[in-house]
Amino acid sequence: MYRYDRHDHAIVQARVAQFRDQSARHQRGELSDDEFRPLRLQNGLYIQRHAPMLRVAIPYGMLSSTQMRRLAHITRTYDRGYGHFTTRQNLQINWPTLESAPDILAELAEVEMHAIQTSGNCIRNITTDHFAGMAADEIADPRPWAEILRQWSTFHPEFAYLPRKFKIAVSGTKQDRAAILVHDIGLQLVINESGETGFTVFVGGGLGRTPLIGKKIRDFLPWQHLLTYCEAILRVYNRLGRRDNLYKARIKILVKALGSEEFGRQVENEWAHLKDSPTTLTEAEVTRVATQFSAPDYAALPTMDAAHNSKLAEDKAFARWVQRNVHTHRIAGYTAVTLSLKTPGLPPGDATDAQMDAVADLADTYSFGEIRVSHEQNLVLADVRQSDLYALWQAARVIRMASPTIGLLTDMIVCPGGDFCSLANAKSLPIAAAIQARFDELDYLHDIGDLSLNISGCMNSCGHHHLAGIGILGVDKNGAEWYQITIGGRQGIAAHIGDVIGKSFAAQDVPDVIEKLIATYIAERLEAEPFADTVQRIGLQPFRDRAYSKSTHKAELEAESV
Amino acid sequence: MSEINSLQLIRDRRLVADEWEVVQSDGVSSAPTDAAAGLSLLPLSIWLERRSELLAEKAAAGIRIGVWLAPTDEPSLLAKDLAMLDLIAVHFPKFADGRGYSTASLLRLRYGYTGELRAFGDVGRDQLFYLARVGFDSFLISEGRDAAAALCSFDDFSEVYQSATDQSLPLFRRRAA
Ligand code: SF4
Repeated sequence: MYRYDRHDHAIVQARVAQFRDQSARHQRGELSDDEFRPLRLQNGLYIQRHAPMLRVAIPYGMLSSTQMRRLAHITRTYDRGYGHFTTRQNLQINWPTLESAPDILAELAEVEMHAIQTSGNCIRNITTDHFAGMAADEIADPRPWAEILRQWSTFHPEFAYLPRKFKIAVSGTKQDRAAILVHDIGLQLVINESGETGFTVFVGGGLGRTPLIGKKIRDFLPWQHLLTYCEAILRVYNRLGRRDNLYKARIKILVKALGSEEFGRQVENEWAHLKDSPTTLTEAEVTRVATQFSAPDYAALPTMDAAHNSKLAEDKAFARWVQRNVHTHRIAGYTAVTLSLKTPGLPPGDATDAQMDAVADLADTYSFGEIRVSHEQNLVLADVRQSDLYALWQAARVIRMASPTIGLLTDMIVCPGGDFCSLANAKSLPIAAAIQARFDELDYLHDIGDLSLNISGCMNSCGHHHLAGIGILGVDKNGAEWYQITIGGRQGIAAHIGDVIGKSFAAQDVPDVIEKLIATYIAERLEAEPFADTVQRIGLQPFRDRAYSKSTHKAELEAESV
Repeated sequence: MSEINSLQLIRDRRLVADEWEVVQSDGVSSAPTDAAAGLSLLPLSIWLERRSELLAEKAAAGIRIGVWLAPTDEPSLLAKDLAMLDLIAVHFPKFADGRGYSTASLLRLRYGYTGELRAFGDVGRDQLFYLARVGFDSFLISEGRDAAAALCSFDDFSEVYQSATDQSLPLFRRRAA
């Protein structure tokens, strides 16, 4: 993975010193809260419900075991011994003190990490596919491009005070595991007929209050022009994006208002001036970065390991874990393994310091010392020998990260919600826990099959509820917490925003309603038909009829819709 | 001493006295000034209206001309007159309104303005590094903020990744060298 050179080190260390000074001035009263706010936000520091929250950047979700141990150390020393992995592949810690933030940043800088631009109205962490580099369906490795974008966007002087936050994701596959269609810029790597690498460029996707799927503005952008083209997009947005209304300030609203064709035309006009400037990428730079993501030292292994096969036959629990949590690798004899952060009874996406340390050890033993964070809030060891799977599974069970449910209903994406987040309308963690308790039968879960369920505590949609087969959104009604349900959402390159089924539900009714939606699906589905396809085929009505049938007595009666 | 303390204008990294007086778009000056030194910094609308008259005056009497741009003003409207202008100022109604950074980049890198480029409005120490990078060389620190203390923030970072007005090559081209 990418290692800092002296320039990268100098920049990150200067940032720590700068923020230390800003914090000190704030504490001395020389900087007002209002002035300090954007400064701390651009260093990932929020003031939350109970305490500050610090969001650490995990660029494109990659961590070395050394970095993971440092994160464990930070949560243990400055926090309460756990952290929360987010859908943008970052780590949030919920209880640091304001005064300790510069020290935490200094600890991060030592291991080539930071919290730069993890919040605020600027370009955020660049995200990508958690199977990058090892996936069999990969066209090209997205990580070097994500790192190049990381450097370009870090302290870009023109784009530090955008109308609103700005998120970029890069995908190296056709099917897309990086949710590029719900990002401000989505970049899909492609190789054209002449064998040149480039990008298909999408803009204006996003969730939140106005969920929109990104629009394509360019079929093929040759790789040399990646940065100048992004600069053109950002400049058009910086100049024309709305600043009068927080809810209309994202680029998606501008793209929608102008129309994607007109927006694309303005970008091309701007780009005509920037194209071929010194910011045009060079072969030398791309090679310098790409070599740092070269494949690890894979051994030549047989495609099938005999001992592994007999374990599969002997041990049903192991076989089930392999079925859900182990993924095909492009190299014979290797696999990728998802370590679940969705163990029933534990908050989804959370990991303790002991778990982080243990995962670092597992990565050293079984996966070349590297870990990835998936946007579904799990951890991935991407290069594990098939012959090591049994031992790894046993170790993962000890640390409670072996829930064999990846891609199943209980592998939920859940935002921190009302327990932590000051923007929340409702709690999300107790809802997740209630659903996990209700669906604790593994046989039943496996029988339902692939089904995503995502929960957001408010319209900001950090839990990506719109993109789930079943989405749950916390809403506020006269001070009470209610839950609105959407169905039929889909992620990936055919991304689709789910539809609201009707009036919202009280918390205690949510597990019943989920059960009814699933019963409807099981009754109606065709052979191997995914949930979203069934919804699309038969429409909302059968689901609605069942969900609001008599036994859901507490479904709201008044006609108000949220 | 009080004289030094009251200086709020940084130009070429030094505190200097300000000779310009901002004229609002309704034609009203922002602050009373002892008329002797006062030069008028005109809003774009007034400049466009009185352009030929002022250019003639400049040719005849050598008057100095300054124009300021609001965040929504189009800098290309000044493109053909850049050589005639002694000062262009860009207004930041709120420091979080970042449109002026693009305005400056365009004036410097696209239209080739080389004269004094000033940031004014809600301008403070923690914006100076980025402002300088996009091409501002003059900064009117807003009242109540310590302009002298702000001077050191120009050196917050010794290295930068991107090319901008202050650095024609991105780091990756310099790394390779
Ligand atoms: S969706 Fe709302 S409640 Fe949940 S983390 Fe985001 S802002 Fe907070």
